[in-house]
Amino acid sequence: DSEEESMSEGEMERLKEEVEEKKKVIAIMRNKPWRMKRRLVHLKECQEFVDKFEGALGKGKGRKFYAYKVMMTKKWIKFQRDFENFKTTCIPWERKIKEVESHFGSSVASYFIFLRWMYGMNMVLFGLTFGLVVIPEVLMGLPYGSIPRKTVPRAEQPTAQDYSVLMDFNGYCKYSVLFYGYYNNQRTIGLLKFRLPLSYLMVGVGTFGYSLMVVIRTMAKNADVGGGDGDDGEFTFAWKMFTSWDYLIGNAETADNKYASITTSFKESIVDEQENQKDENIHLRRFLRVLANFMIICCLGGSGYLIFFVVKRSQEFANRDDLSWYEKNELELIMSLLGLVCPPLFETIAELEEYHPRIALKWQLGRIFALFLGNLYTFLFALFDEVNNKKEYYANFTLYNNDTDTTPPPMDPSDVIRGPCWETAVGIEFVKLTVSDIQVTYLTILIGDFARAVIVRFLNYCWCWDLEATYPSYGEFDISGNVLGLVFNQGMIWMGAFYAPGLVGINVLRLLSSMYYQCWAVMATNVPHERVFKASKSNNFYMGLLLLILFLSLLPVVYTIMTLPPSFDCGPFSGKAKMFDVIMETIDLDLPAFLGTLMGYAANPGLIIPAVLLMVLAIYYLNSVSEAYQHANAELKKKMQMARDEEKNRRNNTESTDQVMKDLEDLLPNRSLLPPAPPPETGAGEHHTFTSNVNEPLAPIVQCR
Amino acid sequence: MLHGRFHELAPHLVPLDYTNQPDIRLPLALIVSMPELKENPFRNRIVEVFSEDGQGNLSFNDFVDMFSALCETAPRELKTIYAFKIYDFNVDNFLCKEDLEKTLNRLTKGELTPEEVNLVCSKAMEEADLDGDSKLSFSDFENMISKAPDFLR
Repeated sequence: DSEEESMSEGEMERLKEEVEEKKKVIAIMRNKPWRMKRRLVHLKECQEFVDKFEGALGKGKGRKFYAYKVMMTKKWIKFQRDFENFKTTCIPWERKIKEVESHFGSSVASYFIFLRWMYGMNMVLFGLTFGLVVIPEVLMGLPYGSIPRKTVPRAEQPTAQDYSVLMDFNGYCKYSVLFYGYYNNQRTIGLLKFRLPLSYLMVGVGTFGYSLMVVIRTMAKNADVGGGDGDDGEFTFAWKMFTSWDYLIGNAETADNKYASITTSFKESIVDEQENQKDENIHLRRFLRVLANFMIICCLGGSGYLIFFVVKRSQEFANRDDLSWYEKNELELIMSLLGLVCPPLFETIAELEEYHPRIALKWQLGRIFALFLGNLYTFLFALFDEVNNKKEYYANFTLYNNDTDTTPPPMDPSDVIRGPCWETAVGIEFVKLTVSDIQVTYLTILIGDFARAVIVRFLNYCWCWDLEATYPSYGEFDISGNVLGLVFNQGMIWMGAFYAPGLVGINVLRLLSSMYYQCWAVMATNVPHERVFKASKSNNFYMGLLLLILFLSLLPVVYTIMTLPPSFDCGPFSGKAKMFDVIMETIDLDLPAFLGTLMGYAANPGLIIPAVLLMVLAIYYLNSVSEAYQHANAELKKKMQMARDEEKNRRNNTESTDQVMKDLEDLLPNRSLLPPAPPPETGAGEHHTFTSNVNEPLAPIVQCR
Repeated sequence: MLHGRFHELAPHLVPLDYTNQPDIRLPLALIVSMPELKENPFRNRIVEVFSEDGQGNLSFNDFVDMFSALCETAPRELKTIYAFKIYDFNVDNFLCKEDLEKTLNRLTKGELTPEEVNLVCSKAMEEADLDGDSKLSFSDFENMISKAPDFLR
């Protein structure tokens, strides 16, 4: 006891500090460029010290508790480390993706990483939808066949089980849990009083909210890692030399391609460097570019009109019964074909423009994006046009129905006349579009890549020219096409999920099978790109596209919820004037009274307008602050550049780079007023003394830092 | 796991039990046959840098060192230091013109003409050399690399 008392407060403090220091050393040990041996020795030393004195720091009665606390902390750290290891092994498909990466480079692998990320997000959406909407309806709602909306009408019953009808998502599929029309509008169902309509609306809105949150979080993370746009021409050659090799390549063929691409890139830079201003006809170039843009706008307009025309035709077809397979699927076929044919067309036209390849790629992506967007929105407008037409027909219908509504005679549910359920129809259209998109993609891979590879491989033995080396050879993996396809597919899912809850499930299956299928296809039938390039800042570009698509797919759904009246006799909102009336109903009936009055105050325009104004002001303020930071950044960069140039020239004893000073040099009273060359850097000096000491290469580098 | 890889390079040499800290070193030729390093143009230099004797014979500690530095989660400064050592072919703690030329030839497998090689090396030297001694010291190298957008691989 006397020993413990003899340790004064000051000594305790000192010991504590030392223990903390040793702990810090242990933590940063892995960052130091020491040899393992030295590291191990130091580590042991520090750990022994910590063990010895940590226990001694607890005094008297508190000692046992302190030791216990220390032990628990250690156990917790160990548990955390084990959990981290476990989490790493749990990441799905990691090995597969690494394999693709080593064969094809990091850019192709980035597509698969993006696919995996999408799969994760879709799984969460699937869980939300199924857990909160589908399962309650299946378990606690009325079973199939009990009420009119859940039963196949008598007229359709004979054909309801036919394969062709099911493939079109009519028949039994249409009156199932997959689509909006099946859900009942009972306010609460089952023993637990689960409020299905409210949950349906909330899940619909929550889908967008969650997706938005996840996309923005990923963008922020990517922006952090990538940093701002690196300096353009500062260290071109040096960077090319030291950073162009992709250390993750483990395959001979990829390595060969990488060598070739590095060589090409050097040659390009050399040519850039040696080139003088090209003696070009600026006017011809401009004219050609305007012409190319004009042609492309014509193409885009043409494709939009084509889709509109086809949708109108499909409306006419809906009234006829004797349709050939082509006529039934015309809309989906046309849309998929446009997506296949137009991008190569754009590329060919773009050759007129003679842009730098990187800029040309950006234009190409932008144009394909505009194409898909135009198609999607034309499709939507045509669809909503159809919906509006249906509403007229069915406004008449409700008028007719109201007369006989008072005492409905007990009828078999399949005999009840019901109105057209436009939400289900829209849902069916989206599902058909998604399914046909999946089919087209898989077929393209099968024919375009696999069949091509098989033909090239086996026909090569008996063909005149070398099929493998020249045309057609094996296909390359089209990264941007695939990523854009994925992004647009997700947009369609977001739009359609509100009208067809089963769509999310279909998409999850699609992503899962896509992962395996495309991994196999890439490894078996593709060759690495000729220009193997690194996936650096493009990740945020694709995330930005995803964000844009998210907003664009939000608009139709919000419009539906806020403006369009729901169908009279199908779906969870039937009977209400607008879909969001469910929320008002819930506030009135379920929540305590004061919350209702609170919401009433909050919805008051007198409160909302100032809130909106405040937000606008906040945005303006943040914008100007960020601009100011950008200015400051640019200034600092310029200063650094100037300082560096000055330094360089001072070393070389040449004239000042500052042009103004140069001009004024003659005015200077005395040449010797120019600052003398300062003494050499301490680092350089130390280097010279240590050059001869080859056995200790580490020390000067460490000291220099 | 790393120990397993090390062991399978030379099963008869590497003991499974390391508690006695045996001093087993594997020669360069064995290490560069590993699939991760096989295609790397700088594989010999990498192994030499991490070996204690500078000849490429790696003990297990050196082996772990090497892979931890090549790992994705290694800090940038660590990678910078090792990168400098790898590219320094004549081990004089400077990157002189010959070092640059050797690096370039390894990267392009000799596809560039001598004039092109010369031009590229002079340009690179000009860009990165701050103290004007026509050699790149570590501080020049670090300054240049720290601004590179895709160095981390």
